[in-house]
Amino acid sequence: MRRSTKEIIIKQAFLATAVTSLAVLALIMIFLFMEGLPTFSFVSVKDFLFGLDWYPTDEANPAYGILPLIVASGAVTALSSLLAIPLGVMTAVYLAEIASPRVRAVVKPVVEMLASLPSVVIGFFGMVIMAPFLQDYFGVAVGLNLSNAALMLAFMSVPTIASVSEDAIYAVPRDLKEASFALGATHLETLARVTLPAALSGIGTAVILGMSRAIGETMVVLMVAGGAAVIPNSLWSPVRPMPASIAAEMAEAPFRGHHYHALFATAMVLFMVTLFFNILADYFSHKHQQSGSASL
Amino acid sequence: MTAEAILSIPTPPRQSLSVTTGRDRARKTKQWLAFMMLRGAILIVAAALVVIVGFLVINGISSISWGFLTEVPRNNMTEGGIWPCIVGTLLLSLGAMAVALPLGVASAIYLHEYALPGRTMRIIRLGVNNLAGVPSVVFGLFGLGLFVTAMNLGVSILAGWLTLGVLCLPVIIGTTEEALRSVPATYREASLALGGTKWQTIWRVVLPSALPGILTGSILGISRAAGETAAIMFTAAVFYTPKMPNSIFSDVMALPYHIYVLATAGTEIEKTRPIQYGTALVLIALVLGMNLFAIILRAWLQRRGSR
Repeated sequence: MRRSTKEIIIKQAFLATAVTSLAVLALIMIFLFMEGLPTFSFVSVKDFLFGLDWYPTDEANPAYGILPLIVASGAVTALSSLLAIPLGVMTAVYLAEIASPRVRAVVKPVVEMLASLPSVVIGFFGMVIMAPFLQDYFGVAVGLNLSNAALMLAFMSVPTIASVSEDAIYAVPRDLKEASFALGATHLETLARVTLPAALSGIGTAVILGMSRAIGETMVVLMVAGGAAVIPNSLWSPVRPMPASIAAEMAEAPFRGHHYHALFATAMVLFMVTLFFNILADYFSHKHQQSGSASL
Repeated sequence: MTAEAILSIPTPPRQSLSVTTGRDRARKTKQWLAFMMLRGAILIVAAALVVIVGFLVINGISSISWGFLTEVPRNNMTEGGIWPCIVGTLLLSLGAMAVALPLGVASAIYLHEYALPGRTMRIIRLGVNNLAGVPSVVFGLFGLGLFVTAMNLGVSILAGWLTLGVLCLPVIIGTTEEALRSVPATYREASLALGGTKWQTIWRVVLPSALPGILTGSILGISRAAGETAAIMFTAAVFYTPKMPNSIFSDVMALPYHIYVLATAGTEIEKTRPIQYGTALVLIALVLGMNLFAIILRAWLQRRGSR
């Protein structure tokens, strides 16, 4: 009896620890809202989300419209996805289906190392090497711009997309592929018509997670995107995505002043977007979970 | 069917045979082309890593010297070394692991060993996945709001530990779960059959065999914390501090923040370029070194496991 009581206590203790992640998530939300909501006492929700002017430090006439920041975040993420999705999925297909074990033993660590490069290092690379390169060879006026940031971000989300997609491709039951081979299909035909369609929900999850990583990535856009808080009119415009604005201005914003609250409110928007993306990814991976050929 | 009957089946006409081979060749060519494209994608990804690391090594190696690693910055950070940043980064990342490891391992044990598939498990997992997706700058604001301001810790090592600790939590939970999954079910059954309780089984059987995998995870966690910038810029790291940290309430300098500050905010950005390259090289050597170690450790574990 004493033994079983002890067991129950231990189990409850583990449950309590496991809830930490949820508690932290809740605390993050509470603190963002606590510091962010006061924003709407001096600017309306509509003016905040759709206002075109972000002049938080203007003494006489400060403006707190974050539409340029939202558009910048969206543009940078969309452009980087154009590159990162094909590259990431192709990497995953190669690793899961084509690479020999020996090639895999080299390529997989390469992808993992790319994932582990600190974002500040990638940002630094984009600043000191990619930006002058773009100016010299593409005749771009400003090297720190939307395209440069998108390119750097793409290399940060490729590993995420690749590793999650690879798991999904691995999870496709062997008998499906064998059935296709037995019907005389080539490896490519099997891949395109059987394996990839069966792994599609997992690949979808991978893409969403990769995009979510790109939206929230801070140091790269802070250092490389250029920092102009205007709606971009070309792929070479300097932009100021939400994370860059928060990271750059927080240090100077007076504690609990209007600017400080507006930055927290921007973080609220950013948090909501990534939360939405992550819940969507979770929904995808559960809704279409591939547990065997029977569930196809 | 007799042998004669089989033999008497007419062979397909030659023409149709040659048509199929032609189509087969086209299919093979298509496959070859497609697989070459996949190889191309791999080459691009590998080239990205080689180019980034290569440029930093080529430009940074000349800055590295014993003095650079062991001296303090001098003359407005335009000369001298980066010793305080190295110390700060090591302190922050090791401390963050001390916060994240117990919490993460315990969470993973609950999720893998105790929880039954159901609503509780689903919600906890959703929480972990979402925590993993929170942008690092949001972690920074959270740390600023809770640890620095509300708990009144100020910009300090302790606030940095707690912020980085919760940031690394999902990494630790993920890798620990993987380590627990690799422990064969027969180990648990053998222990339970001998009359061990669930906790005794976990403590004496499951955890010891999962330990190397957990170690791998914690190395990955440390390297993640070491490279993190946005989460410490409001909670622990400062632009410049003349003294070395002497308590958990001191603020510190850190390698990633040092790179950022020198590359963007310094008054002598061009002049300090060698220091920036050198600092970036030290940081990636630290981070990639730890990752390589973890990858090799994992490969060794898998070989041992399959034997």
